[in-house]
Amino acid sequence: MPMRGRVWKFGDNIDTDVIIPARYLVTIDPQELAQHVMEDIDPEFAAKVRPGDIIVAGRNFGCGSSREHAPIAIKAAGVQAVVAESFARIFFRNAINIGLPVVEAPEAVRETETGDELEIDTENGIVRNLRTGKTYKATQYDEFIQHIIRAGGLLNAVRERIQARKAAEAGQ
Amino acid sequence: MGMTMAEKILARAAGRSRVEPGEIVEVAVDLVMTNDITAPLSIAEFKKLGVERVFDPKKVVFVPDHFVPAKDIKAAEQSKIMREFALEQNAIYFEIGRAGIEHVVLPEHGLTRPGMVIIGADSHTCTYGAFNAFATGMGSTDIAAAMATGTTWMRVPPTIKFVYTGTLPPFVTGKDLILYTIGQIGVDGALYACMEFTGPVIDELPMDDRITMANMAIEAGAKTGIFACDDKTREWLAKVTTEPYEPVDSDPDARYAQVIEFDVSNLRPLVALPHLPSNVRPADEVRDLPIDQVVIGSCTNGRLSDLRIAAEILKGRQVHPRVRCIVIPGSQEVAKQATKEGLVDIFLEAGAVFSVSTCGPCLGGYMGVLAKGERCVSTTNRNFRGRMGHRESEVILASPAVAAASAVLGRVASPFELN
Repeated sequence: MPMRGRVWKFGDNIDTDVIIPARYLVTIDPQELAQHVMEDIDPEFAAKVRPGDIIVAGRNFGCGSSREHAPIAIKAAGVQAVVAESFARIFFRNAINIGLPVVEAPEAVRETETGDELEIDTENGIVRNLRTGKTYKATQYDEFIQHIIRAGGLLNAVRERIQARKAAEAGQ
Repeated sequence: MGMTMAEKILARAAGRSRVEPGEIVEVAVDLVMTNDITAPLSIAEFKKLGVERVFDPKKVVFVPDHFVPAKDIKAAEQSKIMREFALEQNAIYFEIGRAGIEHVVLPEHGLTRPGMVIIGADSHTCTYGAFNAFATGMGSTDIAAAMATGTTWMRVPPTIKFVYTGTLPPFVTGKDLILYTIGQIGVDGALYACMEFTGPVIDELPMDDRITMANMAIEAGAKTGIFACDDKTREWLAKVTTEPYEPVDSDPDARYAQVIEFDVSNLRPLVALPHLPSNVRPADEVRDLPIDQVVIGSCTNGRLSDLRIAAEILKGRQVHPRVRCIVIPGSQEVAKQATKEGLVDIFLEAGAVFSVSTCGPCLGGYMGVLAKGERCVSTTNRNFRGRMGHRESEVILASPAVAAASAVLGRVASPFELN
């Protein structure tokens, strides 16, 4: 099922310190973190963002620290997906692991503005801008990463494996 | 076709004869680390996996360092979750007063050795590449899975080889080399890649400086940075561990995504201006920036040699009346040695404060948070907007030499300006 959402556009090198400033890292509660999402790049963002919205950004989104609190804050704020020209690798892993769709589509990013509506088909790697009607290719995930996504995150994927191993051991 | 050292470590950990850049492999991990910020989330996720024990308590490390000694009740609760889990699991745990900043402490205890695969829920885990290990930062869920299974997945990174030639001028340190490198290639110049640091300058470079360089590989977007194992590495390890280790070296015909050569003979002490580590300038070209604070410490530059350089500059001088200078030892060991050598006296006489070991101000946690409009010269690793406090404060990254000189002159300064 493709997802649709309203766009908030950001620039290059959006780091995890502006996504969720470290002064709030004294909790792992997603709702509490969501109240401060993107605070140091746009203090009004947490108040403006609506469930189903999409973040669109330039190069190297999520650079900086390994804090998983960053994708958690974005997801808990109701953001449906992040589309970027490229992602910093730890953020990319974290997002996949917790089930926040992250889509690499450089051309789409360059031609999308705040307020546009995007349609994203992650399975087929297609991004469509509903304002302009233009369609863009997104980078396809490897089979391995798709497996994690289908399982609903890394934890489920690993749990399935652990249970399968336990069942095999019990059956012997 | 040969392999790079990073490829060799991953191949060995995957039980394979070779791996190719770009492919995804499952590898056994030799060390898994978390800290007081990332551990509580890892532990919560671990508990959902339906396993009781970590895969090997001797390979799982917990270090309270970011907000400790606890800065407030919430931080104390986070640390408590970690402490209780670590003790219950009988894992390696470094308590306050016997530890310090994770990336300073682990090498001091010989836990980071050549050939290992090390993952940590901290982006500066890449620090351990200085010891010829494949080390990389991950998030809490990845770490939870690895704590349970002893394995993780990795995409084999392409390797970019950096060759440093020439002669290193005085007051030009590992920090300047890595800032220069990031300035040249940009904050995503090594995205997903491994940075291999080589060349005659590296061969002569002390371990502390190599550690600083590996530490900031992440600031170029890299998955890790790595150095060969040589006499300097072995000398360090001989002092701290009797565990065996298997170094790896890159084959002469290894494939590199890129080979980049820098002649460093004319390099001057550098700074990275707000708000990116790639915004690099010679320190003596930005003399008109008054400052409010200086921080000397962190996982990047909180080792003994860093404090020695700072003390050399601050000896017999005074911190500028308008400046707060905060010196933070990277570990209890560093603090002890700095005390013995008289460095602490020099700092105190100069009008600096000498803090407990903590990550504190680097990430705007505590112990030196900046107010609106304030500017700090810091030996830490990130100068992102709001990193050290208010979103309208500024962090300028530099070596301990530049930071100390700036503390004296009350503005961004090169150590050569002091006579």
